[in-house]
Amino acid sequence: MDFDLTEDRRMLSDTLNRYLTDQYPIEHRNEVAYTAPFHDTAKWSEMAELGILFSFAPEIAGGFGGEGFDVTVVFEALGRALCPEPVLPALLASRLLQAAAADQSELLAGSIHYGVAIGELDAPYALEEITTTARLDGAAYTLNGRKSSIYGGHIAEVFLVAAKHENGICLFEVSAKDAEVSSYGLIDGGGAAELLLDNTPAKLLLADAGAALQDSLDIGALALCAEAVGMMDVTKDTLLDYLRTRKQFGQTIGNFQALQHRAVDMVTEIEQARSINIFAASRIGEADQSRSVSMAKNLIGRTAKLVAEETIQMHGGIAMTWEYSASHYAKRLIMLDHQLGDTDYHLERVMAG
Amino acid sequence: MDLRYSEQEIAFRDEVRAFLKDNLPTEMADKVRSGSGLNKADMDAWHAILNEQGWLATTWTKEYGGPGWSPVQRHIFEEECCRAHTPRIVPFGLAMLGPVLQKFGNAKQKAEILPRILSGEDWWCQGYSEPGAGSDLASLKTKAVRDGNEYVINGQKTWTTLGQYANKIFCLVRTSSEEKRQQGISFILVDIDTPGIEMRPIKLIEGGYEVNEVFFTDVRVPAENLVGEENMGWTIAKFLLTHERTNIAGVGFSMEALEQVKMLARTVKRNGKPLIENPLFAARIAQVEIDLEAMKITNMRMLMTAQKQGAPGPETSILKIKGTVIRQELNDLARRALGPAAAPFPAEALAGNLALAPADHATNAAQYFNNRKVSIFGGSNEIQRNILTKALLEL
Repeated sequence: MDFDLTEDRRMLSDTLNRYLTDQYPIEHRNEVAYTAPFHDTAKWSEMAELGILFSFAPEIAGGFGGEGFDVTVVFEALGRALCPEPVLPALLASRLLQAAAADQSELLAGSIHYGVAIGELDAPYALEEITTTARLDGAAYTLNGRKSSIYGGHIAEVFLVAAKHENGICLFEVSAKDAEVSSYGLIDGGGAAELLLDNTPAKLLLADAGAALQDSLDIGALALCAEAVGMMDVTKDTLLDYLRTRKQFGQTIGNFQALQHRAVDMVTEIEQARSINIFAASRIGEADQSRSVSMAKNLIGRTAKLVAEETIQMHGGIAMTWEYSASHYAKRLIMLDHQLGDTDYHLERVMAG
Repeated sequence: MDLRYSEQEIAFRDEVRAFLKDNLPTEMADKVRSGSGLNKADMDAWHAILNEQGWLATTWTKEYGGPGWSPVQRHIFEEECCRAHTPRIVPFGLAMLGPVLQKFGNAKQKAEILPRILSGEDWWCQGYSEPGAGSDLASLKTKAVRDGNEYVINGQKTWTTLGQYANKIFCLVRTSSEEKRQQGISFILVDIDTPGIEMRPIKLIEGGYEVNEVFFTDVRVPAENLVGEENMGWTIAKFLLTHERTNIAGVGFSMEALEQVKMLARTVKRNGKPLIENPLFAARIAQVEIDLEAMKITNMRMLMTAQKQGAPGPETSILKIKGTVIRQELNDLARRALGPAAAPFPAEALAGNLALAPADHATNAAQYFNNRKVSIFGGSNEIQRNILTKALLEL
């Protein structure tokens, strides 16, 4: 048994962490995260040059990674820096393009942005519930429906769209300029879009795409878990610094046992979160991939809420302010539960076996 | 044991209900329901409507222009207001300073200030907390030094709610450096437009503005603005805090929030069915409904005690702790219920063209984040536990 990262992954992790610490400090992050287009093109290119997108695909698809731990090292670093760049949609798209045996060289180089359009207003999480449909006229497909909450969709040039066709779920490619895209900013930073499909021309990438789409959702949920672990480590450090320095009643508040024990409970849960994330990453590509990822997303959804709420509470006011970095970490920790299935959704999947 | 309201109380409830039905402007109720933010004009307008009826200063006796209600009547009024989605009554002048002046103010202060609170001519805000004095309020450092007929104030206050609308501020200031810190504090009234005062907004976690920092640099205030004697401010502060605790459980808010969550869960879909049919989510709602049902009784039990004894006791800290936890739990459910539709930035969500969430729920996530404050302000839940440890458990 060995819990150390491989040399290559450690190097990638170190490089990305260093880059983000130097180039994406929280002040810059907040400026980018809450102002359209919620994206820094120069920084995006530099991050792509570090090779983070190549780590999402295996060699056969032009990358140098593609395993669970390749994904988690990158997202843990992104989480530590609270990076708002649309890396998650690139990961989901890479996975789908690989399943469709489509070329993804531009995606891996970071020169094209994909939006992955699966969820809908009445089917936010479960793939089986979607109602967007495809129609075949002669040799050309058209799509009808509304895809909702597409993270990174605000800057996507191409959308990968899940739609029903002849009782199956298929994967299509839609050019952003052929569809109506309605963009907006998010309360925890970054951008998203609604995609309105009205007889919109589409290219079939993969018929019978249910398994590929589920795989993509699994990888995405794993990435969010890793992002949360990175964020929780930083949030915990911020809280501990505060407990060590803030004085009330003539002593540092970290002297109060009432707060000490709560901080310890938080750290305990964060270690559990780290463990379930490692577990889920190790199951990618195995038969129990989906169930393992759901276990992680459920546990981490609960832990992220605890860490966010307790961090705000134990700061007593200051972490309620925009100026204090922990408030932004707290928002992202909470809102991450609204992405790719919440704690209840994933609990149901675990219960279903 | 009889858990029913008396006939008079029911008649009172019906009277309040009818009044709100006839006098609460629809647009105002819509704004409150959707959480789209009230401006000063809205709040002033609502105060004026209540004042016209003589129901604005709910805790004041008739002598000073209040309705002279019992604690139970006040509770009924609060509950009906929440049910009808009225703006809340801004408490700083009406629920805080008013009772302080009635108890500790001199005749001139009462005669001059109280009517201006009722009429809305003065908007008061609170200068209590400081960057270094939050839970440990008695460590406050803002100084007032006597100079002839004036005090000269230097220091900084923070978390001053709605200070941006205020023309007056009541402050706790240090007038003496006694051994026992509580003994050197005074309570003083200050005009916001006095030279040397600067108000800076604090942007909150969800992006809203409701609290401020207030800086005092050589601010000269007439000595007659002191309330009570010099160095008796701590006694006044403690009195005020008990008044701040009226309606601290927020039962009315929670009852309405529960209804809203249920309505939302019937509207939004999960797995092809209304969310309320999802057993996990239904269980979450049921759990908080059970807690709230108990809280309603706990609240009434303590109200009846206060009504009999004339003042609430330390056990009201129980109401603060449990009441805020229940409110936050309901905010949590309202956010969860929306799924990804909770995520748009509030201003964009309210613009309406996205229509991700039902109109009244577009800001549920923002409200969830904003309401993390309720377990922190007015004495954090940790401080409430300290109070209970000493006063109730005698440990």
